Amino acid sequence: MTRPDVVVTGLGATTPLGGDVASTWDAMLAGRSGVSALTQDWATELPVRIAAQLRVDPSEVLDRVRLRRLDRSEAVAIIAAQQAWADAGFSTVDGKTDGVDAERLAVSIGSGIGGAQTLLAQDDILEASGARRVSPHTVPMLMPNGPAAFVGLELGAQAGVHCVASACATGAEAIALGLDLIRAGRADVVVAGGTEAVIHPLPIAGFASMRAMSTRNDDPERASRPWDKGRDGFVLGEGAAVVVLERAEHAAARGARVYARLAGSGITSDGYDIVQPHPEGAGFVRAVRKALADADLTGADIAHVNAHATSTPTGDMAEIAGLRAAIGDHPVLTATKSMTGHLLGAAGALESIATILAIRDSTVPPTINLEDPEDGLLDVAVHKPRALDIPAALNNSFGFGGHNVALIFTRP
Amino acid sequence: MSSREEITAGLAEILEEVAGVNPADVAEEKSFTEDLDVDSLSMVEVVVAAEEKFGVKIPDDQVQNLKTVGDAVTYISSNA
Repeated sequence: MTRPDVVVTGLGATTPLGGDVASTWDAMLAGRSGVSALTQDWATELPVRIAAQLRVDPSEVLDRVRLRRLDRSEAVAIIAAQQAWADAGFSTVDGKTDGVDAERLAVSIGSGIGGAQTLLAQDDILEASGARRVSPHTVPMLMPNGPAAFVGLELGAQAGVHCVASACATGAEAIALGLDLIRAGRADVVVAGGTEAVIHPLPIAGFASMRAMSTRNDDPERASRPWDKGRDGFVLGEGAAVVVLERAEHAAARGARVYARLAGSGITSDGYDIVQPHPEGAGFVRAVRKALADADLTGADIAHVNAHATSTPTGDMAEIAGLRAAIGDHPVLTATKSMTGHLLGAAGALESIATILAIRDSTVPPTINLEDPEDGLLDVAVHKPRALDIPAALNNSFGFGGHNVALIFTRP
Repeated sequence: MSSREEITAGLAEILEEVAGVNPADVAEEKSFTEDLDVDSLSMVEVVVAAEEKFGVKIPDDQVQNLKTVGDAVTYISSNA
C-alpha cells in the first residue's frame, strides 16, 4: 500500500492580529504588532505588563451562556475550528457532518498550559465561598483535552479526539499527529491545531520568574524582537489556530480547494534539560533532517523558514546555527512572533498557517523590530514582506521539555 | 415569605442566567430537562443559585424529585 498524500484544505484562527485568518494575514503583511499594555488592575504589580491579547474577544462570536461553560482556551479553539471547517467547505448540522464520514473525522488539538484560567478562578471561589459554590462545569473546562473534545462535539468527529501537549511545540506536534493519523489510515480528515489563553497573573509571574519574558513595558509594540541585539525575552500571546488536513484523494474527490501539501514532519526530543535548549541545537537539527527525509526533499529545496524565534536571548541564535547545519544559508527566514507574540501551544499552528499562506501568495511575511540584527544572521525578510517563489517551506517549533517539531509544507 | 409567583419569577431569572432559558418559557408545569433543556450540570448550578437566592437548603437526594418548576417552587416555599 502506498502512503497517502495529505493536503491542507481549510484554515481558521483568532489571534492578537485579527479575529480570522484573512485579517491576521493582512496584519502580518502590513507588519503590525499585536502587543499592547495590560491595563487590568491585576497587572499593575507584575514585572511584565504587556501581552498580545486577542483582537476579537470570544464574547463577540459565541453566546454568553455557552461561554460560561467554556474555558477561554476552549472558546477560541471552537472559533478557529468553526472557521477552518467552513473554509474547507464542510458543514455540520445537529451533529451530522456533511462532506466526510463522521467515523473518518478526527480532531488533534492541544494546548501548552490548558484551562489554567478556569482552575485559578474556581480556586478563588473555593477559597472564598466553599466547595459547594465551585462550578459543576469546572472539570470539562480545565481538562487538557477539553479544547479537542469540544471541537469534536461541535463538528461531530467520531474517529477520535486527541490532545497533544508539548509546551510551545504543541500546535506543530498536533498537526504532525494529524498527518500520522491520515497516513496510518485511521482518518480521512483531521482538524488539527493548537490553542492557548493564559494571560493571567500566575502564568505571567511564572514565566517572568524564569526571566523568559520581555519587560519592555513602556514600549509594547517593540517588545517582541527576534534576532535583534536588544531582545530581552518573549511576549505572551493568546489565541487559537486550526488547519483541516485531508487525504489528498478525499479532497480531490469532493473538488476541495487545496492550499498546500503537508509533505513531512520530524519530531525529536533533546534528552538534555527540562527548559534549556541543547547548545548546538542537536535535537532540532535531527528533527529538520527527519522532516526532510519524510518529505523526500533536501535542504536545498527549502526556500523559506518560519522560525520558532521567540525573542529570547539564547534560543534565537541557537536556531540559526541549527538551520545552517540542517539546511544551509539560502532560505529566507521570518519570525512572525515579532508581530503575534508567543501563543505557546497555538504558536506552531498559527505559524503553519503563515507558512502555508506564504507558499500560496509567494510572499514571506516580515519580521518587525529587527533594527540591530545579531551578527551571523541568515537572510531575513525585515520590516516588509518579501516576494519569493516558495515550492517548499519549513516551520519549526520547540517547547520546554526538549520538544522539537519540524513541519514541511509544499505547493500542492 | 415569597408567593409562588415570586419564586417562579426568581427561578426564571436563575434559569436565564445559568442556561439561557427565555423567562417567558418558565411556568410551573414545565419540566427542567424536557421542556427547558437544562442539562444535569446546569441543574446543579440552578440548585446552588436557588439555595442562595431563597435561603433554603436543597439536599442532593431531593434534587431528583424536582422534575418541574412547580416541584421546585413547592419545595422552596415549604422549606425556606
